[in-house]
Amino acid sequence: MSSYLMGTYDVIVVGTGHAGCEAALATARLGKKTLILSMNLEAVAMLACNPSIGGTGKGHLVREIDALGGQMGLTIDKAFIQSRMLNTSKGPAVHSLRAQADKMLYHQEMKKTLEKQENLDLKQGEVIDLVVEDGIAKGVILNTGAKYLSQVVILATGTFLGSRIFIGDNNFSSGPNGLAPSMKLAESLKRHGIELRRFKTGTPARALGSSLDYDKMNVQPGDDEIVPFSFMNDDLECDQVPCWLTYTNEKTHQIIRENFHRSALFGGDITGVGARYCPSIEDKVHRFADKERHQLFIEPEGLYTDEVYIQGMSTSLPEDVQEKFYRTIPGLENLKIVRPAYAIEYDCIDPLELKLSLEHRKIANLFCAGQFNGSSGYEEAAAQGLMAGINASLKIDNKEPFILDRSEAYIGVLIDDLVTKGTNEPYRIMTSRAEYRLLLRQDNADQRLTEKGYKVGLVTEERYQRFREKKQAIEDEIARLENTMVTPATANSFLKEIGSSEISSGISLAQLLKRSEINYDLLAIIDPERKPLSKHVTTTVEVSIKYEGYITKQLAQIEKFKKLENMRLPEDLDYNNLHGLRIEARQKLSDIRPVSIGQASRISGVSPADINVLLIHLERMNRKRNGTT
Amino acid sequence: MEDTIAAIATAYGEGGIGIVRISGSKSKQILDKIFKPAKNLNGMSIVNRQLTYGHIVSPEDNKIIDEVLVVFMNAPSTYTREDVVEIYCHGSVVSLNKTLSLVLDSGARLAEPGEFTKRAFLNGRIDLSQAEAVIDLIRAKTEKSFEVALDQMEGHLSRKVKELRDDLMELLAKIAVNIDYSEEDIEELNHEETVTSLSLIGDKINKLLSTADTGRLIREGLRVAIVGRPNVGKSSLMNALLRESRAIVTDIPGTTRDTIEEVLNLRGIPVYLIDTAGIHSAEDEIERIGIERSKLAFNRADLIIFMIDGSEPLREEDYLIAEQIGKRKVIVLLNKSDLGQKVTEEQIKEILNHAIIIDAAVIHEKGIKELEDSILELVYGGQVSQEQSDLVTNIRHKDLLEKARNSINEAKQMALNSEPMDLIEIDIRQAWEYLGEIIGETVTGDIIDQVFSRFCLGK
Repeated sequence: MSSYLMGTYDVIVVGTGHAGCEAALATARLGKKTLILSMNLEAVAMLACNPSIGGTGKGHLVREIDALGGQMGLTIDKAFIQSRMLNTSKGPAVHSLRAQADKMLYHQEMKKTLEKQENLDLKQGEVIDLVVEDGIAKGVILNTGAKYLSQVVILATGTFLGSRIFIGDNNFSSGPNGLAPSMKLAESLKRHGIELRRFKTGTPARALGSSLDYDKMNVQPGDDEIVPFSFMNDDLECDQVPCWLTYTNEKTHQIIRENFHRSALFGGDITGVGARYCPSIEDKVHRFADKERHQLFIEPEGLYTDEVYIQGMSTSLPEDVQEKFYRTIPGLENLKIVRPAYAIEYDCIDPLELKLSLEHRKIANLFCAGQFNGSSGYEEAAAQGLMAGINASLKIDNKEPFILDRSEAYIGVLIDDLVTKGTNEPYRIMTSRAEYRLLLRQDNADQRLTEKGYKVGLVTEERYQRFREKKQAIEDEIARLENTMVTPATANSFLKEIGSSEISSGISLAQLLKRSEINYDLLAIIDPERKPLSKHVTTTVEVSIKYEGYITKQLAQIEKFKKLENMRLPEDLDYNNLHGLRIEARQKLSDIRPVSIGQASRISGVSPADINVLLIHLERMNRKRNGTT
Repeated sequence: MEDTIAAIATAYGEGGIGIVRISGSKSKQILDKIFKPAKNLNGMSIVNRQLTYGHIVSPEDNKIIDEVLVVFMNAPSTYTREDVVEIYCHGSVVSLNKTLSLVLDSGARLAEPGEFTKRAFLNGRIDLSQAEAVIDLIRAKTEKSFEVALDQMEGHLSRKVKELRDDLMELLAKIAVNIDYSEEDIEELNHEETVTSLSLIGDKINKLLSTADTGRLIREGLRVAIVGRPNVGKSSLMNALLRESRAIVTDIPGTTRDTIEEVLNLRGIPVYLIDTAGIHSAEDEIERIGIERSKLAFNRADLIIFMIDGSEPLREEDYLIAEQIGKRKVIVLLNKSDLGQKVTEEQIKEILNHAIIIDAAVIHEKGIKELEDSILELVYGGQVSQEQSDLVTNIRHKDLLEKARNSINEAKQMALNSEPMDLIEIDIRQAWEYLGEIIGETVTGDIIDQVFSRFCLGK
């Protein structure tokens, strides 16, 4: 095919999904001339599956993206139609924000943001070839023959690469949501030595809202008090729309069981690996046969449409079976399917081939992000996109990569998990994957990360100023509470009233706040000096004081963790010649090339005994270098 | 800078000479603190690489612990390439232990097994082929302690620890699923359930820890209290036992000053004899305090020797003492049998049916050997501790078990206070990790796998 040069950029981003958008915005904002390519610009920031952003763990990611100067939080704050803080009955570390999104609005807002972004060109076109010279990525070629050259390329192809849709025993080549798949790029990548594998995911049917009987379901309204995703927003107004809860029953399960053989998943047509946390309904019925019912939520796709999403009911059964079993569910008796459920299979890479910076090991200056790396979820994709964008930009500037570790951010947990442990299924973040989650809260994401984002250059002066002011306000308020004493005379009647034990001598407000039955708002009664502060500030103040003991405990654990992370392993260490390592450990260490003992210890197949051997060699090398021998 | 380390370098047990070895920059300083040369060196320091005769002296009270030979070797021409001190003690366990503990009190820390060799190796003292052998050794060691066990004892322990971790993991998985899938139709784990589970696990750890005792007995010695009313022959027994072995008279830290303690070496096992003569009904305040202290010492004893004057019928006081002893491990010595035995075994069995009974005439050394045999049998038979076998013999294991138990207790306290589950989880996870350190299992992924195999979740 003949090709012609159409342009030269610092950065080319392939894909306009959640990873691609963050990556391109990051590089452009860091002053890099960036081109972002999409096969179909109507699919910019498309919410191809559930109409919501956030949730447990995922909400943390969005807050972190925002704190670093990313886009997702700002956009969902403009496009949400319902907001909820999950897990409020549990501790502050696991409070998680989730918003229902208007899918169209989200797409439009993100597209506008791309269009308006300085240094960023948005273009429709299918990338069919990667230009690689001497093992270094140099650009891309489109199916039109247009060739674009660049210093770095970021691949964020999502589920479009070689994708195939499965509905019952029928399957066909297609991208998500009826969009065209990308068929040629995969071949090009294989030619360049990148190994690809098949993952799969699924999405439930969309139905017409007016065909449902909501009287038979339980309403799930949004919160009265809306917490914004972005630290740039204080208060948000929204005319919220509800979601609805209903359940399957034995009849539903019976129909599904009778049709197991027609499922693409059980029929064996699908070779891709799906995620355990995202099972189809046939999977649930099969694996948890004794469960009498499964819950499902009806969620609006947006205000622009009457379509609703049937959360909890993804399936690869044929459409006739889908209609039949959906209609056994209370409220869904007359359901009209607008888009049938499907399973989709696609090409992705093994993230073990990536460095912590998300640069590919085999091809220099090629960065990878999102579902292409074997993750799942909009938020996971966006987080990687942002980090790939930052690191691509740093690479151009010849600077050290920007790595967040497991004690600093969920983003750090996500990337370390992918790159160090790998994944055999589409990877989803969860709070239980984080070891130090009391410190990795969603309320303090800015306190953890905005300074770092500022140093990288993504955080605007305005955001930085807000962060500094909030930080100061938090510190001042903690100090004030610690230094404000109350006497038995002023406090005891209040304490008695709320059923808390009375005090016999003076005590600080901070001490009282540590009691489990007292919270910051309650304390106002005996705290007349208090100045009005934003909820953002008081939340962090309250958590810092209330859980001080546990925070200290985690800080001690982190110190231990950092010790291993700070034992750096030389990049050129020849593991094959290290005596005492088992063969499996040698191979894994040679492939993954951990940067530290800490990272090495998380590689599966590297045992504690191997780590001991590594420590010994490292120590010997250090002593030799320091000339003590 | 590296710690200074110390350990007993000779095989454990009875030997002609035992060596305490110290390595590290503080070696010399430590030696100066606890060693008094016999000859005045005229202010001169101990000469490098020259044996010096003198005494190990406790710096606190100037008591002589042992007469010894010491040598100091300065770096780098030593085994570890650090400053090294060796102290040649009389081989008795007591003397070695006492010297080592002085060394540790003076700024060294106890060396881990193989640590001297490790230092030698790390400091380049050993050539490559030797080094490789050491790596193999260390690798084998870690693998041994991590995987299977050479002997049954350790295998048994790691099985128990694995069971404990499984219990904790089940709890962690339940908590994780409640947090990460709070909207799913899954039963909430409540605080009472958590407290119950944690109590069960805590009890199991305690049970394991109770087996650590025999190990401790051999290492740290056995505390034996001698009780009985006045004039039944307690002092004679004390003297008889002490005559049998070479006694070291000392104050044992941690015990009250009112009880007299003597240490004797019973065929390799240090035995602390506690004379608690004062247990009887008190007349005045001062005496009452003394008795309280005696009772304390009595309660801390691993074993009680109850002396009875067998030549007289049992008295009220004897019954009172028997009552005090209750279910505790006890040997009853029916003394003065040479004057005609008036007390029968049946009578003793009636008041202390678990007692071991020995006929004795301490003045004539009759029954002393039987007494010693009985004590040793109790120690080696593991009967002094409550469990059948001594599972936990390793200080590191014991330490980790204790840490795990403390974390569990904290978690339990949090659960009793109805604190949020995700905070309670921090302590549970900590306990799980401590236990993992015992068997060397890494701590990744397991929760996630459990979550998916046990619960039905989905989008």
